[in-house]
Order: sequence, then structure tokens, then C-alpha cells
Amino acid sequence: MALQAKYKELTDAAAASGVSNLQVREQDGVLYIDGIAPNGKVKDQLWNIYDKLDPNFLTGDVVMNVKVSDAVPGSKATVTTEKSNLNIRKGPGTDQPIVGKAAHHEIVTLVSKTNDQWWLIRTNNGEEGYAYAQYLTPEGS
Amino acid sequence: MDEWSWYKLCYFFSLCLLFQCRISVLLNQTLNMKQQIARSLLLFAAVAFMSGSITGCKSKVKDADIKTAAEAALATNPDFKGISVDVKDGVATISGEVKDASAQAAAQTSVAAVKGVKSVQNNVTVAPPPTAAPVTITPDDPLAKGVKDATKDFPSVTATVNDGVIAISGELKAPDWKRLKMSLDGLKPKKVDASGLKISK
Repeated sequence: MALQAKYKELTDAAAASGVSNLQVREQDGVLYIDGIAPNGKVKDQLWNIYDKLDPNFLTGDVVMNVKVSDAVPGSKATVTTEKSNLNIRKGPGTDQPIVGKAAHHEIVTLVSKTNDQWWLIRTNNGEEGYAYAQYLTPEGS
Repeated sequence: MDEWSWYKLCYFFSLCLLFQCRISVLLNQTLNMKQQIARSLLLFAAVAFMSGSITGCKSKVKDADIKTAAEAALATNPDFKGISVDVKDGVATISGEVKDASAQAAAQTSVAAVKGVKSVQNNVTVAPPPTAAPVTITPDDPLAKGVKDATKDFPSVTATVNDGVIAISGELKAPDWKRLKMSLDGLKPKKVDASGLKISK
């Protein structure tokens, strides 16, 4: 219960900002926060609150798995790498061969979601393959 | 009893008297004043008894009205969906199940405010909180694969996976660590242990 009190601001903000399927569970000294944020802004806001309550996330007493709901097949996403190109791979995994590249800030189409980490995307040049979801920001987020 | 009731009573009594006289005339009876009044009283008593039983019926109708009003009052709050009301002699009994104690108390207040309710017997129970499903932790093999993918672009750190716990060591800039931590948490680990990590400027 102590963890729930420590991160109350975070879980309250999640509930108030419309995170659906919100689950807050404390188990073996770790607080698990799961849910689906309506957009990327809400997710960012939650991570900022988490950073404030536990500077640099170093305590390791929270696992926050908040996804963003607007990443649906058919939607567009921007490649948000630091500055490099994004690898497009044959299959979902870094062990898979690279079949193409999407440029930094290029807009691609989300074909389907294999899992939360790997999305099947298509570039404007027609290249299709798997990209690491973290570097893709859905439009409107 | 108010003024109007007394007026009605007198009216009734005179009616009885009149009616009694009619009967006497019809039956060709000659009665003295004393007998006449006695008969009128008897008639009055009979009428009073009858109207009394009517009033009895009336109070039952009233209970039904209270019940309807109480149900309408409860219908205004979706929290009271599982509550039913029963009214007997103005005493409302509410029963059913609600999600919390505040709804339980609010239901009573709501019904008590209904016109005609003398008291409320609160038999509403509070539902036990839903038991949360245990946290799903990704098994080590897929977790290790996910960690490998997630850390690929961060060569300055090493990650190990043991019994669902991801241990991160090395050095990272704060924004990069935030990014990495976001993807690690998305892998559903048991814990992300960053005690071996140094945040560089």
C-alpha cells in the first residue's frame, strides 16, 4: 500500500486523463500500472509525473506499461528516431535481416501490430516490413 | 381531524338521520325521538365502519404510491441499480447490492426523503471489491529477446534477465534512459533494476 501512496499523483493523473483499462496493482514491492492512454500526450505526461516522483526512474519500484490507443492499423506514423534512419526488417526482431530503411521524420503507414514492440509498416516507396514501435509516433499524438 | 372532516361527519350524520326517517316511513313504523336517534346512530356506525375499511384500502394504495416514488428516486442514480424497495405502513425496506458504503448510505437518504416514508430499513449490502488479476510477467526467454531488441541502440548499457527481473548497468543520458525504460516496462518484466546504471550529463 505504501507504493500506492507514493505514486498516488501518478495513478490519479492516469485515471483523470482518461486512461482506459487502468489497472494499478502492487505485488512483491513493485507497483504495476497498466492501461491504454487516449493519445501520446497523456502517455508523456504520465512519464513526466513518474520522473518527478522517482527521479530518473532509478528506484525500480514501478513498471508502467501504458500504451497509446490511437496507433491503429491504417493510420500514419512519424519516424521519431534520434536522428538516424529506422531499420525495416523482414520479421519482428533485431536478429531479422534489414529489408529497408525509413528516414528520420518520414511518415509511414501502420499496416498491423505484431505486438507492442514491433509494428508492420509500409513506407511511401512501398517498402514493407517490421519496425521497432518505439521509434514510431502515431499521427495526432 | 381537521375542520373539514368534522363538517363531513355532521353531514353524514344528518344524512343517516334522513335516511332512517325514510325507512321508518316506508315500513310504516312510528318511532319516538329516542328510537329515531338510536337508529341513526346505528346507521352512522355502519357507514363509519364501511368508510373505515375503505380508508384501510386507501393506506395500502398509499404504500404502493410511496414505493413507486421511492423507485423513481432510486432510478436517478445508476449506483442504485441493484436496489429494490418494499413499503409497508410507510416503512420502506431497501435491499440489494451496491458498490460501496457511500452508495449504501446515499440510497437510504434518498428513500427517506420520499414523501410518506416514515422510516427506512436499510438491508442494502456492499459488494466485495473485485479481486485484481495477478500481474502477468513475461517468461525469461521472450523477455530476453525483447530486452535485446530494446537495448540494441544503447550500446553503453548491458542488460541481463533473470527470473523476470531486467538488470541494467552502464551509463546513459537521462532522455535515453527514459526511452529505454519505457520500452523495457512495455515488455512486462517483473522489475527493472537500474541500481547498476549511472545517469550521465
